[in-house]
Amino acid sequence: MSKLKSIKWKHYVNYILVGIAAVVFTALSFAGELNSSTLVLLEKVTIAVMLAVSLSLVVGFLGELSLGHAGFMCVGAYLGGKAAVLLQPSLGEWPALVISLLVGGAVAAVFGVIIGLPALRLRGDYLAIVTLAFGEIVRTVFMNADEDLFGGTLGLSTPRFDKHYLFIIAFVLVLLCLWVSQNIIRSKHGRAITAIRDNEIAAKATGINVTKYKLVVFTVSSFFAGIAGVLYSYSNTTVQSDVFDYNYSIAILVMVVLGGMGNLTGSIIAATVIISAQVFLQTGLTGDLAVLQNVVYALITIVVVIYNNAPSLKGFRDKYNLGNLVKKFRKPDPASVHDDEAKWDRVPTKIDMDEVLSTDIQPSSPFTPDKPDKGAN
Amino acid sequence: MEYLKIVIDGLSIGSTYAMIALGYTMVYGIAKMLNFAHGDVIMAGGYAMYVTLFLHAPWYVALAAAVIFCTVLGITVEKVAYKPLRGASPLAVLITAIGVSSLLQSLAQIIFGSAPKMVGIADLGNVTIAGENIPISTFVTLGCSTVIMLVLTLFVKFTRTGRAMIAVSEDRDAAQLMGVDSNKIITITFAIGSALAAFAAFFMLMKSPSLTNAFGAMPGIKAFTAAVIGGIGSIPGAMLGGILMGVVEAVALKFPLIAPYTDAIEFLILIVILLVRPTGLIGKKRREKV
Repeated sequence: MSKLKSIKWKHYVNYILVGIAAVVFTALSFAGELNSSTLVLLEKVTIAVMLAVSLSLVVGFLGELSLGHAGFMCVGAYLGGKAAVLLQPSLGEWPALVISLLVGGAVAAVFGVIIGLPALRLRGDYLAIVTLAFGEIVRTVFMNADEDLFGGTLGLSTPRFDKHYLFIIAFVLVLLCLWVSQNIIRSKHGRAITAIRDNEIAAKATGINVTKYKLVVFTVSSFFAGIAGVLYSYSNTTVQSDVFDYNYSIAILVMVVLGGMGNLTGSIIAATVIISAQVFLQTGLTGDLAVLQNVVYALITIVVVIYNNAPSLKGFRDKYNLGNLVKKFRKPDPASVHDDEAKWDRVPTKIDMDEVLSTDIQPSSPFTPDKPDKGAN
Repeated sequence: MEYLKIVIDGLSIGSTYAMIALGYTMVYGIAKMLNFAHGDVIMAGGYAMYVTLFLHAPWYVALAAAVIFCTVLGITVEKVAYKPLRGASPLAVLITAIGVSSLLQSLAQIIFGSAPKMVGIADLGNVTIAGENIPISTFVTLGCSTVIMLVLTLFVKFTRTGRAMIAVSEDRDAAQLMGVDSNKIITITFAIGSALAAFAAFFMLMKSPSLTNAFGAMPGIKAFTAAVIGGIGSIPGAMLGGILMGVVEAVALKFPLIAPYTDAIEFLILIVILLVRPTGLIGKKRREKV
């Protein structure tokens, strides 16, 4: 029991979540219980989850705003799709899939490095506009590229992979993406990355190689966005560059924000809920009313961000925080508390740090000296 | 004299961009936030004009209605969405602004549908200069926006409110200690920026009358790019960036080989300029403090 307890369940919750879903749906699919629309929904959800997790690395953990995530996906979709078109006849379905996934991911990663380089010189708002510009450039270039090469405005025709297998592949790739992301975040590299987010100058001063880490995060994030793009090309018969516009990047960003920045489980859940809602609502609402869901997303985004960040609501948040209520009922086990061990099950966000740094010492608050260390006597 | 036409075209597009860019840059300078919803305020102004013209009002009434509507909209958005977040992290404010932008676009689509609306503002005809037919509206746009920008520059330089705006943009706390009501100044800035957006909508509709809910999105992004190229926060920078973008666009559109890539070229210029000068052409270098 004690051994079980020492395993940090929080570290595995994402794998368990995705793993159970993968096993259940695979079993259902082989039993013939899933109809074709559910299979397509699963593909959409897994692609969205991968996009959200990879964007979360940049936005939630590195703290840089990227508005061009769809651009990386576009690169992956076009180049992976092209590779699939070229290789499928000679190599067969499965080898072509593997190679095109690698091609799409690798080329997107190269673009990630290219975009990561200006990221070293620019910060915050400037970087956001550069990534946005990148996304638009990629879209325009593919739209106007040679028709024989990428299909021009009509889009590139890509092979549709068998529905009964594609979602399983997508699940496996999501697990891979989670494994890579979590191993980066929960290592010393992840600490360095969050340190850069919280205070870049301080991070630099402690000897963290900011250049290296920013590039690594951008590369990994765009690699998986590229892979998501390849999956997209396999789950559709045409790849059109119109799809990957700036609104698509925003939609991914909304998933990351609604899931809670720097919280992968949240991103996964948000992506799943949003895409499922979108698909279910699409059948119910038609025409211009379908935009109603965008209104709802926009309102939820605004309300959630204001609620979580407004300085004037801080008191309210602290009072009615779900986490605090839970904590009241749970007594900490004295044996599990170690003074010199940092708990990294929840990484503090930049916003927390700002609050900590901006707290004024009230003249009326009594001065309480730090308690002496337990061991020191 | 084909080049003359290109230059005049470019200056006219550029002055429209410059006016939108001023809205971005002033808000950035004073409230230290990127108002992503600014492009959609232009769209809202367009629809305000559509409604008033639909009611058979003359064009100047439509313009006045658009200016009033945009100003009210800008102030409302600032009060409801941005004011609660003053002092929060810039990322949070930016995401809220993106939310507002998406909200305005979706609302417009629900109310007016996705089919483009034709907004016919008085056709002024063409004038022939050196063998080239140039629409008179091009000159009107160029002239009016020059006057507006001149007035704005004088306003910021010589009035009490304008100088308070400069003070708040330089150091909000210090300005507040000197008795400047920074909240009021921010509201005024949003009002001015939104009114300029209404004028931009008017000029854009004069050029091409088709209006959809994405009407302001691309010009908004381009003007934003222009503001960043010029150095965001700087008023002359926004004008310079806007004119530069306009001229580049007009020149690129004239060559069939590169015309489809116009957007890509403009954004590429942005990336190159930011790599060489990370704070834009006229932007001040800010020293990092710990």
